Amino acid sequence: MAEFEKILFKYIDSPDQDRIDTYIKNGGYAALEKAITTMKPEEVTDEVIKSGLRGRGGAGFPTGRKWSFLPKGIDKPVYLCVNADESEPGTFKDRELIEREPHQVLEGTLITAYAIKCKIAFIYIRGEFAYGAKQLNRAIDEARARGFVGKNLFGKGVDIEVIVHRGGGAYICGEETALLTSLEGGMGYPRIKPPFPAVAGLYGCPTIINNVETLANIPHIINRGASWFTTIGTPKSTGSKIFCMSGHVNKPGNYELPMGVPLRELLFEHAGGVRDGRNLKAVIPGGSSVPVLTADKIDVRMDFESLAEAGTMLGSAGVMVLDETTCIVRTAQNLAHFYQHESCGQCTPCRQGTYWMLAILHRIEHGQGTMEDLNTLTDICDNIEGNTICPLGDAAVPPVRSTIRQFREEYEYHITHKKCLPGTSPARFE
Amino acid sequence: MEKIEKLSDSSIKEIERFKGLYPNRNSAVLMVLHVVHQQFGFLDREALREAAEIMELPYIDFQQAASFYTLFPNKPMGKYHIQVCRTLACHLRGAEELTALLKKILGIGIGEVTNDGLFSLSEVECLGSCGTAPVMQINEIYYENLTRARVDEILDDLRKKARNG
Ligand SMILES: Cc1cc2nc3c(=O)[nH]c(=O)nc-3n(C[C@H](O)[C@H](O)[C@H](O)COP(=O)(O)O)c2cc1C
Ligand code: SF4
Ligand code: FES
Repeated sequence: MAEFEKILFKYIDSPDQDRIDTYIKNGGYAALEKAITTMKPEEVTDEVIKSGLRGRGGAGFPTGRKWSFLPKGIDKPVYLCVNADESEPGTFKDRELIEREPHQVLEGTLITAYAIKCKIAFIYIRGEFAYGAKQLNRAIDEARARGFVGKNLFGKGVDIEVIVHRGGGAYICGEETALLTSLEGGMGYPRIKPPFPAVAGLYGCPTIINNVETLANIPHIINRGASWFTTIGTPKSTGSKIFCMSGHVNKPGNYELPMGVPLRELLFEHAGGVRDGRNLKAVIPGGSSVPVLTADKIDVRMDFESLAEAGTMLGSAGVMVLDETTCIVRTAQNLAHFYQHESCGQCTPCRQGTYWMLAILHRIEHGQGTMEDLNTLTDICDNIEGNTICPLGDAAVPPVRSTIRQFREEYEYHITHKKCLPGTSPARFE
Repeated sequence: MEKIEKLSDSSIKEIERFKGLYPNRNSAVLMVLHVVHQQFGFLDREALREAAEIMELPYIDFQQAASFYTLFPNKPMGKYHIQVCRTLACHLRGAEELTALLKKILGIGIGEVTNDGLFSLSEVECLGSCGTAPVMQINEIYYENLTRARVDEILDDLRKKARNG
């Protein structure tokens, strides 16, 4: 394959790429001008549909199709919410885009707002990203000074305002309906769907929610065309993807590569292989909510379809790498703690289930577990799955279920020997 | 009753800006919490009441939000509030030992403040910086790729900064 030319990260290392002059020098805002001055909003949406672009926030829903679900011919305002809540463990790509390429994110937001006829777009950024919020606000100010944000853009009578809204430290607010309740000023409780946000979202109005990375792709699709975009990646997972490599790898960090890159190549060629020359134990390929892949299963391509076939998911493409010294029970316990802490508490199966999962895993890890506990854990998983308002409950299941399935002997060793498998231990701090 | 006025002029100005920013005023609740948190380092109740009045919204709306979101302590924390990420990517790179080290150096437990009021310590979930694990956030700043030596250096710098005002 020819050398891949990065799309989203092409200029990420250029000095001052976060300033508008550099961004424009490198081709920025040409797509916004092209869209507003030469295309109808529907034509922008059509181009995005043709590109095959799918949501990068986790679910992989086709972006253009989502936009086309907006009801037509009603006189309510339409809103766009950019999901910059980035809290799925293992995921840190949106942060880099926002901090180092804020104009690319903003341009994607503006073009999308134009396409869906939205006059006020919100960027919901997790509260901890204080620097990211500053970068976005500065980008908005710079863009406003050039006439790219505000009223009558390019003299075409298009008005778009962009508001950066900071969250308050709650993973659940990344879930799209919780994001909306949070943005309305309430506690971040998810809502039952339907109605879907495209029909009744923010303030009861039609609303589109898209991930930061999803929208960062839009300027490129408008500039270079949908057919160019479809030449990258696989037929059903088009374009590039930012893979977030973390855990026991030699070169952790973000890697933008075509969709469908083999996991083995990603791990060993790009991320430098497993730390300290140790052996690989497992990979969690799509953020903490997806099933683990054991070391013998890493000959898989990193796209939506291939990972689904392999029994896991691309999710947010947060790839967490576990070497042979990792205790798998401790790993599951760590993630169970996360979900227990982040459950909003509305649904009994999620609130209670995550609590008991953590309690039992803690017990096993600390040498007080019984074989019966493994069945209880599986029962809890069954009782959560499909029985909750939002997907957080379901997301708490894979780390537990898949580790029990793939590493049952290690759980059993813990239970019978009341300690970690020899050679595994809590990680060390250097 | 005499009115206590705690919010700084710049906080009031910001709150007033948020009041007019959103299509629906209620949307500004979180941003107002940020303003109060920024000024005090925690959600000072009187200041929050004052903010609610400026916003012309019920105080309970702010209280309710404050109870849900974890970013806003409701009591004073250290001048430097240290939040260590404990989630998997950081855990795999030694977050547990990092927390233990901080506890030892500072002589405090999770949720506590040092006697001199300089530092407080808490554990948080994934900070969205897993590629530079282990990570901690002190006030608004991220400290990444931490090592024992770096931790010493960071704490020393902050102590110096506090001494020099
Ligand atoms: C518990 C939970 C947390 C989520 N967190 C995020 C997040 O931080 N960022 C994000 O973009 N999507 C997140 N999502 C997915 C969103 O609900 C939504 O599908 C996504 O923002 C849509 O954008 P996309 O189509 O561009 O991917 C989360 C979903 C769930 C269930
Ligand atoms: S599944 Fe969990 S997080 Fe989602 S609404 Fe129910 S209790 Fe809240
Ligand atoms: S796990 Fe620590 S920053 Fe993500």
